[in-house]
Amino acid sequence: MQEITEVRWHGRGGQGTVTAAKIFAETAMSEGKYVQAFPEYGPERMGAPLRAYNRISTKPLSLHCQVTNPKIVAVVDATLLGSVDVAEGTAEDAIFVINTPDDPKKVRETYRIPHGSIFTVDATRIALETLGKPIPNTPILGALARVTDTISKEHLIEDTRVNLSKKFSPEIVQKNIEAITRAYEEVRGE
Amino acid sequence: MGKPVAMTGNIAVANAMRQINPDVCAAYPITPSTEVMQQFASFVADGKVDTELVTAESEHSAMSACIGAAAAGGRVMTATSANGLALMWEMLYIASGNRLPIVMTVVNRALSAPINIHGDHSDGMGARDSGWIQIYSENAQEAYDNLIQAVVIGQHRDVRLPVMVGMDGFIISHSIENLELLSDQEVKDFIGEYLPLYPLLNIKQPVTYGPLDLQDYYSEHKRQQAEAMKLAKPVILKVAQDFAALSGRKYGFFETYRLDDAEMAILTLGSSAGTARFVIDRAREQGVKVGLIKLRVFRPFPMKELQAALGHLKALAVMDRCDSFGAAGGPVFSEVRSALYDLSPHPAVVNYIYGLGGRDLGIAHIEQVIRDLQEIRQTGCIRELLTYLTVRE
Amino acid sequence: MATLKELSKREELLAGGHRLCAGCGASIVVRQILLAAGRNVVVSCATGCLEVSTSIYPYTSWRVPFIHSAFENSAATVCGVEAMYQSLKRRGKLPVDEEIKFIAFGGDGGTYDIGLQSLSGGLERGHDFLYVCYDNGAYMNTGIQRSSSTPLGADTTTSPVGKVIPGKQQYRKDLTDIVEAHHIPYLAQASPHNWKDLTHKVEKALSIKGPKFLNVIAPCHRGWRAGVNQTIELARLAVETCFWPLYEVEDGKLTINYKPREKKPIIEWIKLQGRFSHLLKPENEHILRRLQEGIDAKWESLLRREGEK
Repeated sequence: MQEITEVRWHGRGGQGTVTAAKIFAETAMSEGKYVQAFPEYGPERMGAPLRAYNRISTKPLSLHCQVTNPKIVAVVDATLLGSVDVAEGTAEDAIFVINTPDDPKKVRETYRIPHGSIFTVDATRIALETLGKPIPNTPILGALARVTDTISKEHLIEDTRVNLSKKFSPEIVQKNIEAITRAYEEVRGE
Repeated sequence: MGKPVAMTGNIAVANAMRQINPDVCAAYPITPSTEVMQQFASFVADGKVDTELVTAESEHSAMSACIGAAAAGGRVMTATSANGLALMWEMLYIASGNRLPIVMTVVNRALSAPINIHGDHSDGMGARDSGWIQIYSENAQEAYDNLIQAVVIGQHRDVRLPVMVGMDGFIISHSIENLELLSDQEVKDFIGEYLPLYPLLNIKQPVTYGPLDLQDYYSEHKRQQAEAMKLAKPVILKVAQDFAALSGRKYGFFETYRLDDAEMAILTLGSSAGTARFVIDRAREQGVKVGLIKLRVFRPFPMKELQAALGHLKALAVMDRCDSFGAAGGPVFSEVRSALYDLSPHPAVVNYIYGLGGRDLGIAHIEQVIRDLQEIRQTGCIRELLTYLTVRE
Repeated sequence: MATLKELSKREELLAGGHRLCAGCGASIVVRQILLAAGRNVVVSCATGCLEVSTSIYPYTSWRVPFIHSAFENSAATVCGVEAMYQSLKRRGKLPVDEEIKFIAFGGDGGTYDIGLQSLSGGLERGHDFLYVCYDNGAYMNTGIQRSSSTPLGADTTTSPVGKVIPGKQQYRKDLTDIVEAHHIPYLAQASPHNWKDLTHKVEKALSIKGPKFLNVIAPCHRGWRAGVNQTIELARLAVETCFWPLYEVEDGKLTINYKPREKKPIIEWIKLQGRFSHLLKPENEHILRRLQEGIDAKWESLLRREGEK
C-alpha cells in the first residue's frame, strides 16, 4: 500500500473540485506516475457537497475500489468542515490542505481534527484577486504541490499551461499560473 | 508503443470510435454512457470523423436505426447503459437474428427499480441470450482495446454477429486512468475496409431482410446463429493475437493470474478483477495459494477452456455483479459451475453476489472471500453456496 | 406526372402471389405507390398484414430492397438505411449517378399507436424519406382490434358491441394533423380509388428532399365487414362523405385536392359496413350524430384553412 498515495477531495458542486482532481492526476502522470482520478457521483448539483479521489503510484494501479484511507485530504470549501468529517479514515501521518483564511491551529481546534499535519491557504481570496472568480481549485493545487511530494510546482504549472491553453486565452492561463504560484508561497503549516 | 494518456473509460471509448470512424452511429443518451456519444458528437461537429450521426429519440429507435444502417451495408456503432439497453431488448435479438455486426459499448449499470445510476452487470447479463457476443473490460485500456477488436470480430465472414463491449459504469467510465492509444493509422489498418454482405443499398440486387420465417425454416436459422457463435471463438483468439502483435497487450477468453500453482481461485469480470489481483498479491505474501481468473468473453462462453484452466483447483469463488432472482445463483456462477460438472474431481464452487448498484467491493470483502475459500479447502465443506457480499443483512 | 398509360406499362414491383386477402386495400395502395416511385427505392415495413403476407421465407414479393425489423420502428429503421446512404454517398462508396429514395410503410397500428414516437423522431430529424401509413382503422393482422385510428362507434374485437357498450367510444386520432405539427415539407391524405391523385402525390413527395408523409385509406373488407369487391367503392365513399378528405400541405400551404360536389352523409358509407351495423339502430342514433359532427367539423376546418391562405 505504501507505494500508492491516495487523495480525497472535499468540495461543493461548481468549485472545480473534480477538475482539480483531474489536473492533479494529469500532473502526476506527466511525472511518469500511474494515476487514477474519480469523482463520487450522485445527484449533485451546484453547491451540493461532493467528493473526488486520486490514486497515484509509481507502479501500475489495479485497485478499483473506493479510497477509504487517504494520505492527503484537500478541502476546497471550508464551510464543509462543520458538517463533514474530513478526517474520516485518515492515519496519524495524514496531510490536510484546507481552503480557509484561518490558520491551521484555529482549524484544528475549531473542528477537532485529531491528527495529521494541517495546512491552510486562502484559496478563494487568491482566486478572486488573480482570476476575478471564486474558483479555488487552481490555488489549492499550488498548495498541494508545496506540501506533498506527489506533484511538483514546475510540472503543475506546465500541465496547467498545456491544459488551459486548449480552451482559454493566454491572459487567463497566466492568471491561473499566478494563482498557483501565490498559493504555493502563501500556504501555512502549524 | 502507443501514446500514454490519462482519460476516463468513456473518453477512451469515444476515441476508439473516432479512430474507427464508423459509417453510421445512432444513439440516445443515458447515464453513465452519455459521455461516449457526447464526445463522439463533438468529433462529428469538429469534422474529426465523417460519420453520419443519428441522434435518435429513444434507445429503441437508436438500435432500430443501427439495424437499418447495418443492413444498408456499412459499419455501425452505438453506446448505451441499463434501462437504455433494456429498451433496446426487442431490437437486440433482431440485430443478431439478421446477422448484423453492430458494435455497441455498454457502460454497465444497474437496472431499475429502484432507479440507480451506478455500475453493475444486470443490464449486460440480462442480454446474455440475445445473440450478441459479449466482452467485458477491467479498465479503460481494455474498454478501448476491446472495442477495436470487437469491430474485427463482428465483421468476420464466419461470424457476422453484433458485439457488445462492457465496462463498469462510473468505476471505469468516469475514472481517469493511464492508458495507451494506438495511432489513428494503426486502428484504420487493423479494422480494414468494411465489406458489406447483401447490402440493401445495392438496388441492382434487391434483397429482403426480416421476412416471416415459419416452422419450416426458423429452427435452421437459429441453428446457424448458434454455429456463428461457435465460429466466433477462433476468430476472437486470432483477432487477439493480431492485436497483441500491434499493441503488445494480450487478450484471450479470460486472463489468469497466479493460477497455475493455486489451490483456490476467484473468478470475476470487470473492474473488480483489479482489486482482486491486489488482494491476491497480499494473500500470496502470506503463503495462501490463491489465484484469479478474469473472464473477458462471456458470449460465446468458453466452457472447454475454463474446464482446462480450473480443473486443478480445490475451491473456486465465482463473483457475480448481478442477481438472477430465483436461479441457482448469479449468471456467471450458474454457467461456470455447469462447465465444471464434467470434471472429476471438480473444484467446490461457491457464489458471491456483490456490488449491486455500484456498492463498493473493497479489499476487506475479497479478503473475506479468500478466508471462506481457505475454510472450504481445509474442511471440504461448503457452508454457504451463495453469499450476498457487501450487503447489510 | 405519369399518365395511366405510362403507369400501366411499368413493371409491378410488388409481385403477385403474396398472401394478402383478395380485395385487400393495402396491396392496391402499395402497388400504386411503387408504380409511381419506380425501381430506385428501398422499402421498410412495420410488422403487420402487409409485411407477413408479402415476405414469407423463402419467398418475397418485393422486387425492390426491403427490410422489416419490428412493429413500432418502420420509420427509425428506414432512417438508419437513409443515414447509411448519406454516409456512403459522401464517402464515395456508392455509384455517383444512382439516386435512391426511401419509403417506410406502416399500418395504422404501427403508425398511429406503437410507432408514433419513431415516426415523430424521424420527421423531426429531417431524414430524406417518405412515410406511408396504410390506414385500415384497426389491428387487422392480429384479428381486428381497435387502434387509435378506429372510427367512433366501430365494432372491433377489443371495442366490441356489447350489452352495455356499443362499440368504440372515442373519436379517432387525427394523425395527419399531428404530422403537420412537425412542419415537414410535404404531407397529404390520399385514397387508392383516386389513383391519379395518389400517384401524383407520391411523385411529388419523392421529388422533395426531407421527410414526407402520406396517409392513405386502405379499406379492409374483413375488418370492416363488407364485400370483397367493395374495396374501391368504400375508399371512394370515404372521400365523398368527407370522412377521408383528400388534401395536401406543401411548405405549410394547405390544398384540398378534391371537393365533393355534394357532400354525402356518413350513413352512406356506414351502411355498407358490418362493423357499424349497430349504429343503424334507433338507440344508437346519437353515436351516428356524433360521428357526423366530427366529420363536419374537420371538413369545415379544412375549408376554412384553405380559404385563409
